[in-house]
Order: sequence, then C-alpha cells, then structure tokens
Amino acid sequence: MLLLRIASTHVRNRLRQTIVSTLGVALGVGFSVAMASLMEGSQRDFMTTLIEAIPHVEILDEKRNPAEQPATALYDAVAFHGLRPLEDLRGIRNPTEAIASLREWIDGDFAQRLSGQSVLRYSGQDIGMTLVGVVPGRELKVSKIREDMRAGSFEALDATANGLVIGRKAAERLGAELGDTVTLTSANGIAKRFKIVGLFHTGITTSDEGLAYAPLKAVQILLEKPDIINSISVRLADINDATRIAARAERQLGYKAVSWEEANEGLMEAFVVRNAIMYTVVGAILVVAGFGIFNIVSTIVHEKARDIAILKSLGFPETDIQQIFVLEGLVIGVLGAIAGCGLGFGLSSYLATVKFEVTTDIEMTRLPIHFSYVHYVLACLLALFSSGIAGLIPARKAAKLNPVDIIRGAT
Amino acid sequence: MIAAQPQTGTDTSPLLQTRKLTRILPAVVPVTLVQDVDFSVGTSEFVAITGPSGSGKSSLLYLLGLLDRPTSGEVLIEGCGTADLSSAEMASMRLAKIGFVFQFHFLLPEFTALENIMIPMQKLGRLSAHAQLEHATGLLVDLGLEDFLHRRPAQLSGGQRQRVAVARALANSPDLILADEPTGSLDSAATEQVFESLQAIVETQKTTVVAVTHDMDLAGRMQRRVHLVDGRIDYDRVQS
Ligand SMILES: Nc1ncnc2c1ncn2[C@@H]1O[C@H](COP(=O)(O)OP(=O)(O)O)[C@@H](O)[C@H]1O
Ligand SMILES: [Mg+2]
Repeated sequence: MLLLRIASTHVRNRLRQTIVSTLGVALGVGFSVAMASLMEGSQRDFMTTLIEAIPHVEILDEKRNPAEQPATALYDAVAFHGLRPLEDLRGIRNPTEAIASLREWIDGDFAQRLSGQSVLRYSGQDIGMTLVGVVPGRELKVSKIREDMRAGSFEALDATANGLVIGRKAAERLGAELGDTVTLTSANGIAKRFKIVGLFHTGITTSDEGLAYAPLKAVQILLEKPDIINSISVRLADINDATRIAARAERQLGYKAVSWEEANEGLMEAFVVRNAIMYTVVGAILVVAGFGIFNIVSTIVHEKARDIAILKSLGFPETDIQQIFVLEGLVIGVLGAIAGCGLGFGLSSYLATVKFEVTTDIEMTRLPIHFSYVHYVLACLLALFSSGIAGLIPARKAAKLNPVDIIRGAT
Repeated sequence: MIAAQPQTGTDTSPLLQTRKLTRILPAVVPVTLVQDVDFSVGTSEFVAITGPSGSGKSSLLYLLGLLDRPTSGEVLIEGCGTADLSSAEMASMRLAKIGFVFQFHFLLPEFTALENIMIPMQKLGRLSAHAQLEHATGLLVDLGLEDFLHRRPAQLSGGQRQRVAVARALANSPDLILADEPTGSLDSAATEQVFESLQAIVETQKTTVVAVTHDMDLAGRMQRRVHLVDGRIDYDRVQS
C-alpha cells in the first residue's frame, strides 16, 4: 500500500506524460478489442452462412482405403500384380437400413441422394447435367435450396413423379420455361422425359448451369441403380459434435463420412492463420504502448534518483524500490486498459451500426461485430503484461542504484 | 584481514563498534577512503567527527550506517557482526535501528513534513496507523514545527527542513543517529536550533548521535571528538 502510494504520487506528478502513455495503452487495447470483435464477427458470420449451406456430416459411397482384394485375404502375400479390383456397382445399398441405424444415436435430419451424370435435351440443344435424385421433404430439411427457388417450388417434386428442378441460368440457355418437358439421357443411353416444376438461382454458376434435382425413384430408374444411393447428408442439432459423429458413422457403416470441418479444412486453416496475424498485430500494438511506459518510467527513475537514495537510506530494501517502479508501469497499464476497454466497446458499437450497400444485392449489410468479454480480458492481460515488463526494466536499474554515489553527488 | 567471528550481542557490548574498518575504492589508482578505524560508541553518547575536507568523514559515516560495505574490517552493532548480512538485512537494520541526517535535507519532495516522517514508520509497521500519526505529530511539535505539519519541503526554510529531517531520523526510535554536517548549509540561528534538537535527543531519549561537523565551536560542545586525517583516526578524546 505504501509502495503503491509512492508510485502513484510519482505518476500523478507527471500528469502530461502519464496521460500520453495511458492514451498509448488505451489506443492499443481499444483497437485490439475492436479488431478482435470485427475479426471474430466476420468469422462467425461466414461460418454461420457456411454451416447453413452445407451438410454437417456427409456420408459418401467411398472407402478411405481401397477395398482389400479377396486374394489378399486368402494368401499371405505382400502384393499382387496383374490383378484388377473387382468391378462393383458403386453406391450405398440398403439406404433405409443405414439411415435407420444412424438415426438411433444421431440427433439431426437425414437426406439421401443419388447423383450421376446425364444429358439434358430441349429443342435440339444438349447440356451436360449433374442429376441429383432426392427425397424432397428430406432434402429441404438439410439444405437451403428452398431459399434459392425463383420460380415454381421444390416441394412440387413430391407431387410430380417425373418433376425436375433446374437452375434458372440453364433454363435460359435452353430457352425452356416452367412447365416445359425436357428429356434426360443417362450415360447408359436410357432416356426419360421430365417436366420442369421449379427454377433456382444460387449465385454459384456451376450449380445454376449444371445441376438438376429430380425425385430419387426416377433417378434410380434412369441411372439403373435401383434402391441404391451414393450419399447421405446429415444436418446435426449440435454442429460441434460433427467430427466425432462422422468418425463413428464411418466405423459403423464402413463408408467414408466427412464432417463439415474436414470438408472445409483449408478454410479452417485460413482462419487460424488469420487469427495468428491478428494476434501478432495486437501484440505489436501493445509492444509499442509498452515503449511509452518504458519511456516514462525510465524518466521517473532518472529524475527520482535522489528519492531512491533517500528510501534506501531509510531502510527500504531493493525489492521495494523495484516494486515501486513496476507498480508505476502497472498503474499506467491499468488506467490505459480501463480506458481502452471503454474505447474498444465504443468503437465496436459504432462499427456495428455502420451500414453499407453491396452492389449485387439489394439488402443493406452491416459489419459483423461479435462482442465477447474474452477480447477485453485478453487485450487487458496483454496490456498489463506489456506494462509490467516495460516498468520492470527501469525498475531493476532503480533497485541497483548505489545510494552512496547519489548522496555524495548531491552536495 | 582479520576474519571477525560473528558474536552474539550482550548487555555489555557497545552499541557500535568498528574493527580495522577500511574502505578502498577500486580504481586504476585505488583511493583509500577510510583506513584501519577502530573505535566504539556506547549508548547515549554525543560524538563529533571532525577533520579536514576529504579526510573520509562521510565515507566513515556511510560504513557505520550500513549504507556501504567495507573493503576489510567490520562494523558491529550491539556486538553483532554485519559483514555477512544481505543487503535486505542491512536495509531492515537501517530501518529499525539507525536514523540518518544529511547536509542536504533529503526529504521526499512530493510528501508533506508529516508524511515524510510517517513513511519509515509505515514501512516498519510497528505502530498502529493512529499511533503513527500521533508519534509523528509529537516529534514535529517537539522540534517546534507544529505550524508546518502539512507543508511540503519546498514550502519550508532550510532550518525547518533540517529539523524535519531530524524528526524523520527519530521516527522509528532508533538507537543511533548518524548526521553528516547537518548544519553545514544553515545560518547560525538555524544551526543553533538543529544542534539543540540533536542535543535534546541524546539527553532525553538515550539515543546516540554521531555527527560530522566542520564547525569547531559545535564540535567543542559535544562530549567526545574523533578527529580524522587521511581516513585514519588522528585523535579520539572525551571533552569536558
Ligand atoms: N567515488 C569517488 N571517486 C574518487 N574519489 C572519491 C570518491 N568518493 C570519495 N572520494 C574521495 O575520498 C575522499 C574522502 O571523501 P569523504 O568521505 O567524502 O570526505 P569528507 O566527508 O571528509 O570530506 C575524498 O578525497 C574524496 O574526494
Ligand atoms: Mg563529507
């Protein structure tokens, strides 16, 4: 308490310098907080959009490792040459059973799909299409396609056995309209007539020009894969569990199951890098603020050499002298951190109200700001650490001062 | 060098004792500040240290007050050797047993007279906050400073500052006060006031005062005089 009083007296008597270095810390903390809120806000915003748009776990008709050859099981050999993998009809069989077994322990919605390549023909024009067979009611639960519908409806696939939903761009290219009948031809040459019951627009060109949805049964007939699907999309109640659930589903079914995190691994890594850059910048700002504190505490130590000698002659040990000057750094650090939290809150609140228009869209967009006490605590801790170190360096020098030299020099 | 055995203090040990106390400043040409000083001071003595300028009076005082360490020899306080004390132990010794008064007042400029006196009390923490305030006020009143309790050093005259410094030296009721030319920068009236306050301390509080002085008149009024020349004791005599 006594040491703190001496320290704060020193600091108070250099009001202008104290204000300047406090402002330095405050700006550092304030900008760090605002930047962290913006960064985390945009990351969360992006993730929410991403998680809304993609399945949380997707089970595919693939194996992670090539299937073991029957010969390997029979003979104790290291490798076989000249053998070709067994030709097999690809796909997940017994989808109903598979889904039922997953439903037992997974809390979420499931949608099965069968997709394959086909050629869409209308009025003498051909376009290659990825045809996706879906159970419409289920598909709508796991995907956002309903929001992308521009004409007709996705639910109409349920009512029309040979209904088809395609991208508006593809329809425009073909000159087809809602209600028109088109022909789809599979790779095996089987052709079937479909009626356009809906048009969507996602903004992703490959989908808008090359994706078509049809009822699962119709697609299974066209692709000659009765009762076979090639993916199960899962939308989880709790997305944080995706990795664990994917791993368990993969063990259970033997098919590759990919969590949204795995599917977007590159993106997640990019976020890690982005956060690393952010914290580096935050650290740099606070190091600069630390220099301000170092400067003022060094000045005080220099000016107060005589007081240091007095305190030592009175019987204050070196540790006390060191503490006094570390405390001076911390006093400025604490004041700066408090002011900085206010500044950071004000700044991010203001940023949250800023609106700007995105040219391609009609809606107004706001800057995504995420308020979290973690940002404040982290920035304050860093600021205090930095001011403690900044005070410690001159404080050690102060503790080492020889009082006899100063007392002699004073006369 | 004589390695003095650490001794346990007894009632018969003198308050302060030195054994072949020597301080040499290491340099290309080493400077001898104090050499082979042997003397001892008992309780309630008033000792003058005199000698020409540069004879090592201040250096001796810093050694006696544990502010500096000797090159060889030893300072014993109440019979206890101090050579093996850590600097923190030396500091706590200064805090509880020794008070300094320097030629220059050496008060903390940002604190009032009262606060300056209370700082060593607070550090020691022997008295309650209330008792500290009472004791500090009493010390200032005794020295005739009752009207200046809340003044800062800059608002006091030289003599007043020096009396505050004396009061601060007394704050923790030390056994020993070391004064280095306490009147060196004062006019004759202020000198008289400060001298009398030191004399009163010796007489009323059973405290020992060792004071360096240039003033032969003052030195003559003290019980005992130790005269230094070139860092050695030239003579050490009791005066009537
Ligand atoms: N740091 C130092 N470097 C060189 N010489 C010093 C130093 N400190 C003191 N001295 C010299 O040591 C001698 C004794 O100094 P001091 O104890 O201050 O004497 P006094 O107080 O009797 O005037 C003086 O001659 C002084 O110049
Ligand atoms: Mg001197």
